[in-house]
This record gives sequence, structure tokens and C-alpha cells, in this order.
Amino acid sequence: MLKDITIGQYFPGTSVIHRLDPRMKIVLTIVYVVLLFLVENLAGFVLSVVFVLAAYLIARIPVKMIAKSIKPILPILLFTMLLNLFFVRGTVIWQWGVLEITREGVRLSVLMVIRILCLIAGTSLLTYTTSPMTLTDGIERLLKPLGKVHFPVHELAMMMTIALRFIPTLVEETEKIMAAQKARGADMETGSLIHRAKALVPILIPLFLSAFRRAEELALAMECRCYHGGKGRTRMKQMHLAPRDLWALLLTAAALAAVIVCNIFFGSLYG
Amino acid sequence: MRPLIDIEHVTFSYPQENGQGIEVLHDITLQIPAGEFVAVLGHNGSGKSTIAKHMNAILLPMGGKVYFSGLDTAEEENLLPIRRQIGMVFQNPDNQIVSTIVEEDVAFALENLGIAPEKIRERVDEALRAVDMYHYRLHAPHQLSGGQKQRIAIAGVLAMHPRCIVLDEPTAMLDPKGRQEVMRVLHELHRQYHTTVVLITHFMEEAVQAERVVVMDDGKILLDDTPRAVFVQIDRLKAVGLDVPQVTELAAVLRAAGVNIPAALLTEDECVAALTAALEETDGNHTHA
Repeated sequence: MLKDITIGQYFPGTSVIHRLDPRMKIVLTIVYVVLLFLVENLAGFVLSVVFVLAAYLIARIPVKMIAKSIKPILPILLFTMLLNLFFVRGTVIWQWGVLEITREGVRLSVLMVIRILCLIAGTSLLTYTTSPMTLTDGIERLLKPLGKVHFPVHELAMMMTIALRFIPTLVEETEKIMAAQKARGADMETGSLIHRAKALVPILIPLFLSAFRRAEELALAMECRCYHGGKGRTRMKQMHLAPRDLWALLLTAAALAAVIVCNIFFGSLYG
Repeated sequence: MRPLIDIEHVTFSYPQENGQGIEVLHDITLQIPAGEFVAVLGHNGSGKSTIAKHMNAILLPMGGKVYFSGLDTAEEENLLPIRRQIGMVFQNPDNQIVSTIVEEDVAFALENLGIAPEKIRERVDEALRAVDMYHYRLHAPHQLSGGQKQRIAIAGVLAMHPRCIVLDEPTAMLDPKGRQEVMRVLHELHRQYHTTVVLITHFMEEAVQAERVVVMDDGKILLDDTPRAVFVQIDRLKAVGLDVPQVTELAAVLRAAGVNIPAALLTEDECVAALTAALEETDGNHTHA
């Protein structure tokens, strides 16, 4: 049951987008988010939707995956939509008591929803096409310049790597402890919420103990293998920008430029 | 010539809360020459893991000195030079694998040493082939069996090209198949690369395969000889809570019952040969009579 948990939401594949340099993918995702917030008119919105859908097609990620990643933020989405729908002033088209819906309100709420959908779709594509390990590597190398101001870049990346490495191990361990406690008559599935929360204590305590023991042993093993922090460390896998990375950058930059041009020529929907 | 590992009159105690330590090593002196395959035997608490941790400066002696290839482990600047020459493998394979991909874990030590990327690639592939795990290089550790994980841990150490490998009960958590895999790899390394192997174990069958057996009890060295010379001392071993290989014990019982077979039998093959010889002898006696 617990084994089904996947870390991140990586979809292994060999598309161009999968093979892009992770550093470039992170940068492009940030550019796309900026682009979304610059969009001011219909042409821009169409462009940003087409852009993200095209990226999904190229990456061969089923578009229904977007729906999956949107599910958890559905309440926020609804809330923003209703807020825009009822509180924007303008030409009233429907009224009931104090509640009124305006033409401008409808337009803004639709656009807001599109913007949030594109935001989720765009950032999810990064995690769909990049394994957590590669993503960590990419983040480490992107943040490297921050090391100059004593930001612990290597330490952060190492912590992320170890966390990723130990999630399956600890999940397995949790299952073992749960089975052991059930065999001793522990009841974890029935009773009130408080009762069930209390039933977790005999699982969490052994789990924590074992996690600390593992941490100690791992630290020892790392020391034995000459680990002495990030100083003077090299990496087996080097990252090189390929022509495809530059093409991707060019395309995204073109989309950004197009949005800015649209803003100048088609005016703003926000008045 | 100076031995590779030179332990001279070492005493050690783990600090306790009340300030008074319990001494776990009493005046240990042990020399291990380069290229030897040594098994260290002892029951729990005999100090065998503690002595192993002294070899690569994880623990420092409270009295006496430890030298690895002439380098004093107590000197801070010798730490890295010592640790890059001596690889250490621990009991639990899960707690010594750092990365989520097999080949990256094998590369870990080399990355720490700041070796050039192309060179790392080369050595990682070589180490993975040496433990017969090359096909699994892109797997995640949790997809592997215990024996396979332990072989990855050995590969991670091998990639450093160490002169010596110290293994602290590497097979204790493995099933019989995993144990065999690990032992086969160790013998292969010893034969091919003449790597010095220090195997801490409590399995007699593994100790039998070594060139030399050191038996520890209560922080002292009790016996230090060839496996044959050690395992004939059945009574002494049993007195400190250790077993002898079943074959050796069988030979002793048979000898006590008057069967004419040698006392120092270590492997099943030897035992079968000795028993056949003994049977033929009695057969011969009968036909003559």
C-alpha cells in the first residue's frame, strides 16, 4: 500500500524535453511563469495556452496529467474564480440581492483560471520530465554562484539526495513496524481520530529511533569514503548545454517577446 | 618490511556518562602484512569491530599506536591519505549507500577525492564489473537484493583502488545466497588484485576460507594462526562462546570414537575424502582378516 507512493511525479521518457539540460529546464520554467504574469490580453492568453500544450505534446506526457496535478489546488482555483466573479465592478449582467455578476467579472475570472491552470501545467511539466535526482543536480549547479556568499549549496543538495535515497527505505521500515505492532494487537484503523492518532505513536517512535541510527551509520560510512564536504569535490556526470537547449531557450524567449508585443499593440483587458 | 597495518599495544575504552569508560581493547598488538586475507573472529562485545575502526582512524587509540602503511592514524593530516587507501564496508548495506542511482553511489568516494570526471567514469565501470553488477548500474538501490547491495558497497570502496578492504560483518544481514556472492567477490579481489582483506565475521565457514584467523575475546587476542591450527583447538574456542565448523567438530567426535581420521579437517570435501580413506582402510582390514 505504502509502496505505491512515488517520489515527485517523474514520467520516464526520451523526448527532446526529457533530454534538455535540467538547468535549462528550470530557467525556462521560471521564464514561462514570468510570461504568464505579463500577459494582459486575449492574444497573449491564447499564446501561453498553446505554448504549454505544445510542450506536453512534444514531451509525450498525456494531457490528462494536467488534470491530475490540478486536483489538489481545486479549492484555491474555485475561491479565486468566485472572488473575481462577484467582486469586480462594471456592467451588471445578473443580480440577486447583494450579489451581482458583471461582464468584467466574468472575463477576469475566466482569465485568472486560465492563468493558474497554465502555471500548474507549466511547472508540473518540469517534474514530469525530470527525475528528482537530476532536478537536485540541476538546482545545485544553478545555485553554485550563491556559494560565494556562503550559502550552503552543496549541503542542501546532499541533504536532498539523501532524503530521496532514504524515502523508500523508511517506507519499507514503516510497513514492517506497522505489521509488527498489528501482530501485537495494535488497532490502527478503527476508533475516533484522536484514538487513531494515538495509535501512531508506537509506530513513530521506533521509526525515529531507527532513522537516527541509520543517520549515524551513514555518516560513518560517508566519512570512511573520504567525504569532507563540498570543497574540492568533482562530479562524475558533467552537464553540457546542447544545441537543443539553445533552441528551447530561443523558442521560449520568442514567446516572451510575442507576449510583450501583444501587450503593446492589443492593449490590456484590465483597462 | 613494515606491515601494512601495524597495531601496537592499543588500548581503547568507550566513554561512559559517569566519566569512567569500559575498556574494550586491552593492549592489542597485531600486524597485518600487505596482500593477506585475514579473518577476525569473536563473539559480540569481543572488540572485533572496535579494532577494525582503529585501522582507518574512525577511532583513535587511547594508548599505543596504529600505523597504516607507515602513517600514524592519530595525525590529523594523515586522515585522507589513510582513508583513500583503506576501504571499509559495514554490516547494513542500506545504511552505507548514499545515492539513488547505483553508479553514482560507486562514484561517491572518487567525487570526494576530486578525481577528474572521465577518470571516475572509467573506474566506476571497472569496479562495477569487478563485483559483477555492471548491468545494474542504473538501478535504484532499493530495487536490489541484500547481497547485490552489499556488492555495490564493495564496488564503492573498490573504485578508490584501495590497498586494503576492511569488512565489518558484511554478510550478517544477508541470506545464504547473498553471503556466497559477497564471499566469492572478496576471494576474487584477493586473487586478482592482491588486495589485503580484513574480514570481521562470526561465521566459521567464512573464517575457514581465510589465510589467517585472529580470534578475539574480551578485548584480547586469544589465537592468531592459520585456520587449520586455530580450529583444532575446539575446547578453547567453545570456552569463549565460539563454534567450530561442523566438519571439524564431526572429525573430533569421530576421532574420540576411535575412527582414524585427521583432526584438522576444515571443508566438506576434505571430510569426505578423509572418511572415504578411513572406510577403505577398515574394508581392507576386514578382507585381510
